[in-house]
Amino acid sequence: MTNDDKRKAFDLVVWTSSVLFACAFVAHEALAKDKSFVVTNPVYQTECGSCHAAYPPALLPADSWRAVLNGLDRHFGTDASVDATTLSALQAFLASNAGRDRQPNAGTPGLRITESDWFRREHRKVPAAGKGAAVKSAANCAACHTGAERGDYGERGIRVPK
Amino acid sequence: MRRELRTLGLAAGLLGAGLAAAQSPTEIQRRYESAARQAAPAFAGLSAQRGEAFFKSAHGGDWSCASCHTQTPLAAGRHAVTGKAIAPLAPAASPARFTDPAKVEKWFNRNCNDVLKRVCTPAEKGDVLAYLMSLK
Repeated sequence: MTNDDKRKAFDLVVWTSSVLFACAFVAHEALAKDKSFVVTNPVYQTECGSCHAAYPPALLPADSWRAVLNGLDRHFGTDASVDATTLSALQAFLASNAGRDRQPNAGTPGLRITESDWFRREHRKVPAAGKGAAVKSAANCAACHTGAERGDYGERGIRVPK
Repeated sequence: MRRELRTLGLAAGLLGAGLAAAQSPTEIQRRYESAARQAAPAFAGLSAQRGEAFFKSAHGGDWSCASCHTQTPLAAGRHAVTGKAIAPLAPAASPARFTDPAKVEKWFNRNCNDVLKRVCTPAEKGDVLAYLMSLK
């Protein structure tokens, strides 16, 4: 083996391992992103997942969650009040799991995930069928995201009802 | 080892608390009945028929209990706003219904406020329970 061959072999090894490493990194990041949607807090799941999906806490910033919790007795037209013990558990959970970069509207703490630029962008291609009676409301995540209960909002689990 | 023991103790404690809190729909219904009798000594007893009428009435507002829990609560319901599926309310269809007194009170408080804009009386709650338990 000449020196030139050795160098080529060395380059090949370096390039191959760099590409593999980059793939692993991207895959890891993608998985980590999905994991942030998985809700495992039983109090949050029970108290905030009965009337709608237990929305991933990362979808609203801490200010917004605080405002939501302060108005549970008038929660989007319904009474969703909880007792004091439950409330403080929810406060702690949401404060530490809120999203850092999901400001719905600059300025005021927005209360609706669906009003964020991020939500609108992600759902811009949703066909008209996705707004019909079978879905009823954008709050009904599980109507199209078949894995919503498990925190799986991935593309592969999407089935828009006809 | 100590940590394992502590976890075991905690698990046993939680199980104990769960069992202590668990009741049958009949026990919860009796509690409402005696509260109703205490409020009005002449109270003649709970009525499934009255409960059904109460359940299906909108009480002058937009919603009735049936708006989300359907006119036949043996079937699965759907939240009137979000569309999320709701397990059947009648114990014959969902055995876990009306077995946790705190949960029952929490939902009566919220839902009576939504439908009637006030809390329900023990007699009204007992009547609704009588109606739901009569469904087979």
